[in-house]
Amino acid sequence: MRRGMGLWAAALAVYAFLYVPLAIVVAYSFNDSRLNAEWVGFTWHWYDVLLHDEAMLAAAGNSLLIALISSLVATVLGTMAGIAIHRYNLKSLTFMVLTPVAMPEILLGVSLLLFFIQVLNLTLGMLSIVLAHITFSIGFVAVIVRARLAGMDESIFEAARDLGASPWETFRYITFPLILPGVVAGWLMAFTLSIDDFVITFFTAGVGVSTLPLHIYSMIKIAVTPEVNAVSTLLMLLTLTMIVLAARFAPDALKGKV
Amino acid sequence: MRSSWAGATMRGCFCVTESLRKSTPAARLNRYLVGGPPFLFLLLFFVVPGFIMVLASFRYPGEFGGLAPLSAADPNILQGLTLETYRFFFSDPIYSQVFVKSIFMALATTLICLTMAYPLALLIARSPKKSRDLMVLLVILPFASNFLIRVYAWMIVLGPQSALSQLVNGLLQGLGMEPVRLLFSPFAVLVAMVYVHLPFMVLPLYTNLEKHDPALLDAAQDLGASAWQRFWRVTFPLSLPGIFSGSALVFIPVLGMFAVPDILGGTGDMLIGNLIKEQFLGTRDWPFGSTLSIMLTIAVLLIAWFAAKLAGRRGSYA
Repeated sequence: MRRGMGLWAAALAVYAFLYVPLAIVVAYSFNDSRLNAEWVGFTWHWYDVLLHDEAMLAAAGNSLLIALISSLVATVLGTMAGIAIHRYNLKSLTFMVLTPVAMPEILLGVSLLLFFIQVLNLTLGMLSIVLAHITFSIGFVAVIVRARLAGMDESIFEAARDLGASPWETFRYITFPLILPGVVAGWLMAFTLSIDDFVITFFTAGVGVSTLPLHIYSMIKIAVTPEVNAVSTLLMLLTLTMIVLAARFAPDALKGKV
Repeated sequence: MRSSWAGATMRGCFCVTESLRKSTPAARLNRYLVGGPPFLFLLLFFVVPGFIMVLASFRYPGEFGGLAPLSAADPNILQGLTLETYRFFFSDPIYSQVFVKSIFMALATTLICLTMAYPLALLIARSPKKSRDLMVLLVILPFASNFLIRVYAWMIVLGPQSALSQLVNGLLQGLGMEPVRLLFSPFAVLVAMVYVHLPFMVLPLYTNLEKHDPALLDAAQDLGASAWQRFWRVTFPLSLPGIFSGSALVFIPVLGMFAVPDILGGTGDMLIGNLIKEQFLGTRDWPFGSTLSIMLTIAVLLIAWFAAKLAGRRGSYA
């Protein structure tokens, strides 16, 4: 009994550690003061500032566009990779899919920077960011899709073949509907990862284009105003919505995330 | 009876699938059609850039940053290559010191994460099945908010006017000691590193602890083991694979992290990541930046290999 109490106390302390800092960020986004120091009074002012911040809105627009394109491409390629790994046991593809997920992000960021500038002679911007985001998202989609396939009874695919379905028909009418929840979860994951990414974008963005995380970074580095709290609160709401959606489509995907 | 029948069918199917996979040209074509596109994409944007980085680390820096131009048609292509950056890395102890400091930071973060995650993971694993998913979700939820926001939150919590700073400095003053600055210090970097990576430790630990058979603990208790003995001699050894994989998931990203020291650290709190960022975007010495990245890659591979070996060995007799 005493031991159970000790565990609960420790766990509650960890939960508090996880939530108190974020709660403070949210609370101060409604605080009528320029300083994130003490509570003065309630205001919507910082959200108003945010809605009229052209640079912030442009960055948010870029982030959405990049996330939309890169997550769609990554979902197609990641689903193919997931199926290929599951079905054909391709060692080299497994390695190429999983390593970018496991490595420190900075390594992918700088190697892509080198590659884009030195080899492709590409001007850094939207295209380089999208390509980089696809590269790191494929692995996450592939892992989720493969997990979905792994739990399935292989014999239904054989049955489809026996009944005369072509490989494409088997995919279209059997495999795809069955893995669809995994594909949707993978897409949501890729979208969230792209919207959130800071490190790899930081190295592949160049000077012209900014994304939401890059803009937040420059605000934090130069001048912290509660506008950062307001945008943080909105972003948390967005991710929360994505998680609820992911939980609806594929409850297992939440566990597959790490 | 039923299981052996299923087993036989499974084996049967497996043979059919195998023959379908290997022999017919159509099956081989499908394999290329499905696996080819992601393979080519990752080859171009992951494998090739990796090789370019290895090559770049053996090059001279360009006059205006970047790399010195190298003509592919040059018959004497080896003249453009040099070990200079590696010699430079080992000649100035300051670089090895940053590596050692980063390894200590990663070690400290891992140990603190483990200490905080273990009781929580144990509690979740021993909770009723119904509440487990919610408790896990509550661990993931803050982790799903933007990384920069989670780091920024600590700028407020540790800021000079924050309640925590004032409490700490009030206590220090009461004890007659100098006030300290919490923000822009190694302490701030460590706290945020733990904060950002904690779920990576909780989840593998929970996944492992959840699978333990409660009958083992009952047996230990029947044989007279105290609560501490039951934990230390049953639960803990069985959880070692979870500990090793969680540790790798925390240790590796911390080792390459540049944003946390960049935002919350002082000028002296540079880690490997900051050094690499400085070479690529600051001084623009790309060959040296590549060398540092290769050194980081080697460190990461060594650690991953070590963790996998430990986890595999423990896992086999656990």
